[in-house]
Amino acid sequence: MKKLLLLGDEAIAKAALDAGLSGMYAYPGTPSTEIMEYIQSSEDSSDHKVHREWSSNEKTAIEAALGMSYAGKRAMVAMKHVGLNVAADGFINSAITGVNGGLIIVSADDPSMHSSQNEQDSRFYGKFAFVPCFEPSNQQEAYDMVFDAFEISEKYKSPVLFRITTRLAHSRASVNLRPGLPQKELSLPVDPLQFVLLPAIARGKYKSLLSSYESLRYDSLISKYNNFKDGNKRDLGIITCGIAYNYFLENVGDSIDNFPVLKITAYPFPKDLIKHITGRCKEILILEEGAPVLEEALRGILDDGIKIYGRLDGTVPRDGELNPAIVAKAIGLPLSYGQAVPSLVKMRPPSFCNGCGHADMFNSLIDAIKPYGSGHVFSDIGCYTLAALPPYNIINSCVDMGASVTMAIGASDAGLFPSVAVIGDSTFTHSGMTGLLDAVVKNSSVTIIISDNSTTGMTGGQKSQATGRIQQICKGIGVNPDHLRSIVPLRKNHSENVCTLKEEFEYKGVSVVIASRECIQTATRRKRSGNSMNNSIS
Amino acid sequence: MKNDIILAGVGGQGILSIAASIGLAAVANDLFLKQSEVHGMSQRGGDVQSHLRLSDKPVSSDLIPYGKADLIISVEPMESLRYLPWLSDKGWLVTNSNPFINIPDYPSLAEILKEIKKIKNHIIIDADVIAKESGSARSGNIVILGAASPFIDMPFTSLENAVRKLFGSKGDHIVDTNLKALNAGRECSIGLRI
Ligand SMILES: Cc1ncc(C[n+]2csc(CCOP(=O)(O)OP(=O)(O)O)c2C)c(N)n1
Repeated sequence: MKKLLLLGDEAIAKAALDAGLSGMYAYPGTPSTEIMEYIQSSEDSSDHKVHREWSSNEKTAIEAALGMSYAGKRAMVAMKHVGLNVAADGFINSAITGVNGGLIIVSADDPSMHSSQNEQDSRFYGKFAFVPCFEPSNQQEAYDMVFDAFEISEKYKSPVLFRITTRLAHSRASVNLRPGLPQKELSLPVDPLQFVLLPAIARGKYKSLLSSYESLRYDSLISKYNNFKDGNKRDLGIITCGIAYNYFLENVGDSIDNFPVLKITAYPFPKDLIKHITGRCKEILILEEGAPVLEEALRGILDDGIKIYGRLDGTVPRDGELNPAIVAKAIGLPLSYGQAVPSLVKMRPPSFCNGCGHADMFNSLIDAIKPYGSGHVFSDIGCYTLAALPPYNIINSCVDMGASVTMAIGASDAGLFPSVAVIGDSTFTHSGMTGLLDAVVKNSSVTIIISDNSTTGMTGGQKSQATGRIQQICKGIGVNPDHLRSIVPLRKNHSENVCTLKEEFEYKGVSVVIASRECIQTATRRKRSGNSMNNSIS
Repeated sequence: MKNDIILAGVGGQGILSIAASIGLAAVANDLFLKQSEVHGMSQRGGDVQSHLRLSDKPVSSDLIPYGKADLIISVEPMESLRYLPWLSDKGWLVTNSNPFINIPDYPSLAEILKEIKKIKNHIIIDADVIAKESGSARSGNIVILGAASPFIDMPFTSLENAVRKLFGSKGDHIVDTNLKALNAGRECSIGLRI
């Protein structure tokens, strides 16, 4: 059997290719990015002409995938957890239309916020939309589940949510591969109104969605991923979700025989197995990576049933990711610990690279804005968010993709002057353009700096949809050409750039200043290129 | 057999190449392996780490529990100390002595080395000098891998093969300098233990 050493992300990507994927749609976001990257660089995809271009944002990605599914072919979408907020409209309504070709939506959660602005748990979305959800506990499971996820998607005509977390996404293990399946043929939905959510149609479809969600619970394609194992003792039963199982097993080793264990990796919850384990144990410990989704369901509001330990009573911390130590403590096992970190070890936060254009742009912005005092700069998500840290300390917001532009509009409405937004090129085409249109239509007094490094830098330098198009987009949206300025953020242009910015701050209307300089990382990589790594280990 | 290894360094210093080499060797030796790495935000000159777990039995957790690491391999001296809570009392710490200074409050190197020398089992080598002698200033990470190799329970030849495979696409010259770096690191480390 062929084996590969794969990240969790790559295992999902490889499985999709092996399961006959026709289209992959994604917007980059840690920890999901490597799914698309694997598909883009894989020979399988070029051999089989799999569609694999980045999308402008998660919403466009999910809708394109739904179109692929409409035409009868298998499609996958990948995003980080907050991307699912952006894509939520398409996601939730795709559950009601249902699918034709199999459709998998991978949402990569980031508990402990290693690279994110929150740690929301995507499993809520599964329940919210009434779609089946898989939560693999290891790389092999992730690979195998993709095949079943496509199958269940086609069987129930439902999109399937695939929830992973950072530690699985970015951990490598060897994975046994299956023989590849062919892609599906083009075939349109039998019912031409399947995808037409007029209220009269949607009402009926919603009813059938609700009932099929209940029957999903007992389908073997779901239930085979939820397993109960009895124990010698009946005092403490353990329920684990997803990768929490690994930390449990790490701690108990062979003495797992002492515990009744229910391992859950697919949803809706296996009600019968939950009743089974709670019926035979005195107490239950629930281990979930992320939010206490199962725990809340089990406790309910009355919380007057069996004694439950978990995140809600403090046995496990309420927030943050699990690790072996947290789980050891929850089971009551002794903790091991090496030596304390010597006090001389300093924090080493991420910082702008040497030769980063954002840094020079901010230096000019700092000087230009000084006369107006602090508190005028809304920013966004990307490498340039590092300007919140010393020595820059210049930005006052980072909320969600595109919010710099629209928050600047609102603050300007409230009387803030000047009101400045700083946004990256990829973030601009993700969600900044629509806000710019709002600003133009109402002629807001805002200055929008698009810091264009010609790449999606923060996530590792993926192609940016904005490259070469920003000028035209801004013109097309209706920015006055006299206030559509271009600067090159280099130290030698500092005083000139400060002047340009000051002029535009004083303009009582929409100004856009495009600061263009290629990302030093992508520039270096472009010069060096050609260093692929062969990880085939058959 | 079980080797729990923490790899430490600063973003861009090449710890993922060390991880990939050990990973390839582990697979060639039919060992079970889990290797968790840090991507994203922290790569911008921040501290980076990777947990690498090799075993002849299936590995459960992607993360090494505190106090259970057999080995810390660090390409930067201050970073080697950041992971002491993971090091077991019998564990080894193998580190480069060359600091990577990109923060204003970087501590004195002498103080750092003093702390490292308090660890019972430590190897400190100047990987940058050895890398240069081997023909490529950029293979300091592979020198450190060589220096750590006596503490990894796999035949050394399998690490050499892994380096060949990893750098194969970059041509014979790069493969050769990296093999030289690997061997030089190993010899230096063995020399220090005698
Ligand atoms: C909805 C959403 N999708 C994706 C991300 C992940 N993400 C954070 S920053 C970023 C890219 C920013 O690129 P750009 O605006 O060009 O700035 P750069 O990092 O290149 O400076 C991405 C994709 C996110 N935080 N939120």
